[in-house]
Amino acid sequence: MIRLDRVTKAFGSVVAVDSVDMEVPAGAVCVLLGPSGCGKTTTMKMINRLIAPSSGKIYIDGRDTSGIDDVQLRRSIGYVIQQIGLFPNKTVEDNIRVVPDLLGWDRKRSRARAAELLRLVNLDPAIFLHRYPKELSGGQQQRVGVARALAADPPVLLMDEPFGAIDPINREVIQDEFMKLQAELKKTVVFVSHDIDEAVKMASHIAIFREGRLIQYDKPDNILAHPLNAFVAEFVGSDRTLKRLRLIKVGDVMLSEPPRVRAEDSLDTAAALMEEHGHISIVMVGPRGRARGVVRLEAARGKKGLVAEHVDKLPGLVNVQDDLRTAVSTMFTHDVTWLACVDDDGFYKGYITQRGITHVLGAAYRDR
Amino acid sequence: MQTINFILANLPIIGQRTVEHISIVGVAIAIAILTGVPIGILITQSKAAADRVLYVASIIMTIPSIALFGLLIPILSLIGQGIGYLPAVIALVLYSQLPIIRNTYTAIANVDPALREAARGMGMTSLQRLLHVEIPIALPVIISGIRNAVVLGIAIGAIATYIGAGGLGTFISRGISQTDIRQLLTGAFAVSLLAIVADYSLLALQRLLTSPGLRN
Repeated sequence: MIRLDRVTKAFGSVVAVDSVDMEVPAGAVCVLLGPSGCGKTTTMKMINRLIAPSSGKIYIDGRDTSGIDDVQLRRSIGYVIQQIGLFPNKTVEDNIRVVPDLLGWDRKRSRARAAELLRLVNLDPAIFLHRYPKELSGGQQQRVGVARALAADPPVLLMDEPFGAIDPINREVIQDEFMKLQAELKKTVVFVSHDIDEAVKMASHIAIFREGRLIQYDKPDNILAHPLNAFVAEFVGSDRTLKRLRLIKVGDVMLSEPPRVRAEDSLDTAAALMEEHGHISIVMVGPRGRARGVVRLEAARGKKGLVAEHVDKLPGLVNVQDDLRTAVSTMFTHDVTWLACVDDDGFYKGYITQRGITHVLGAAYRDR
Repeated sequence: MQTINFILANLPIIGQRTVEHISIVGVAIAIAILTGVPIGILITQSKAAADRVLYVASIIMTIPSIALFGLLIPILSLIGQGIGYLPAVIALVLYSQLPIIRNTYTAIANVDPALREAARGMGMTSLQRLLHVEIPIALPVIISGIRNAVVLGIAIGAIATYIGAGGLGTFISRGISQTDIRQLLTGAFAVSLLAIVADYSLLALQRLLTSPGLRN
């Protein structure tokens, strides 16, 4: 979709970007990552020719961008910057309509589009369309910034540290919103960041830059599991294996179809099931299969009675959609080595163990 | 009381002098806007050019008005216009350059670079950027420069009577030469009133043209 072919940019004698080759597939979120001055921003700005490459070619959808008029090219690429850059003299609606207006859309269509986009970024058009940027919070402004970039439905989106100026709490929220949006819109996104956590969260591909060179370009899990050299290893952090926890969903690691008991089952049944599976506890579910509690082996073994009489509270639950980071955090919070996994409705789907997690993380290292 | 009687008895001539005064200042300011604003915008492209242009405009400002009128007499005599309306207008155009160029330059140069970058990144041409972003944002400051120039022009315009350009200064010059306090006060009062009215009208225009998104 976007292909850089030996792209180089020199400012005088300083080589800011040195012969970078990379290909960003359609629908990917490619995060350009590196310390400041590494050439990541320059690389991104060469894609919409805000900076003209000194040599090399950039192709979008197979078309050489140097053959397209700069202004036309930029109108076909969404652009979001850290400082947001909403025009203070224009209303939210008029800010979103900038590119449609430049492209000569009729008024009716661009207005309808502005309202549609505001809904898409979770802002109520009735409230926000006719406000001015100064009347919005930072987070709201950047939502409008994203809406403005999407206005003419460009296939490619360039984002220059778009959430860097937003406070940490709102940043998480707006990142999540953007990921949801991206799952729907499937734009090809080139995203500059210096924050490895943001990159791991957002990226389908990470490109690590250093001193103008592209050092490593791979999927986030591969970068974290197999950093190419000491620089990458240090940049992604000594806790890089822990960061991989973010990339894996509970549902992918849990053991499904777990044994379970009901309130009316006898303790004998529960103990037999546990021994059969080699477990020291078992989840009790409600009549429709919701996780309700836990029965421990030492409480059940050799005793008479029903499960309902010896059930304990579940120490902690984790949603199958959560990532492993949440699961591990919940385990540490409750001082347990396993967790029951439930879906959005609370139905018991499986369980996840610390051993299971370390096994999955370790697999990436054993394979090599 | 005497002065009020004088004013009431001479309303038609005061009106005529006021029209003369407005026509000198109005034409001069119109020309000054048409030259000063584009110059102010152009010099944002080069710091060196900006420094030089603002330096020259400041020097013009320091020439006493009576001396500037005097300087223009021999030059404009070449085309038979040494005194009267034309030198008055030219002098006011020159004096108006500094406030208009300086404010235009400062306002455009101070537009947040992030806005320029966003505009460029979205595919605006330089002209579109100027018309849709830079000028609308700079407008309040540009108009406030024009207001300065207008008040200054109305004051200096009063001196143009000495080169036969007419206007409200005529009452002042005659009041002095004839030691007639009534004429002197009439002229001074009329010039002040005109300046205040012009300034407030332009302030109203400035508020009207400023986007609500830019107001404090």
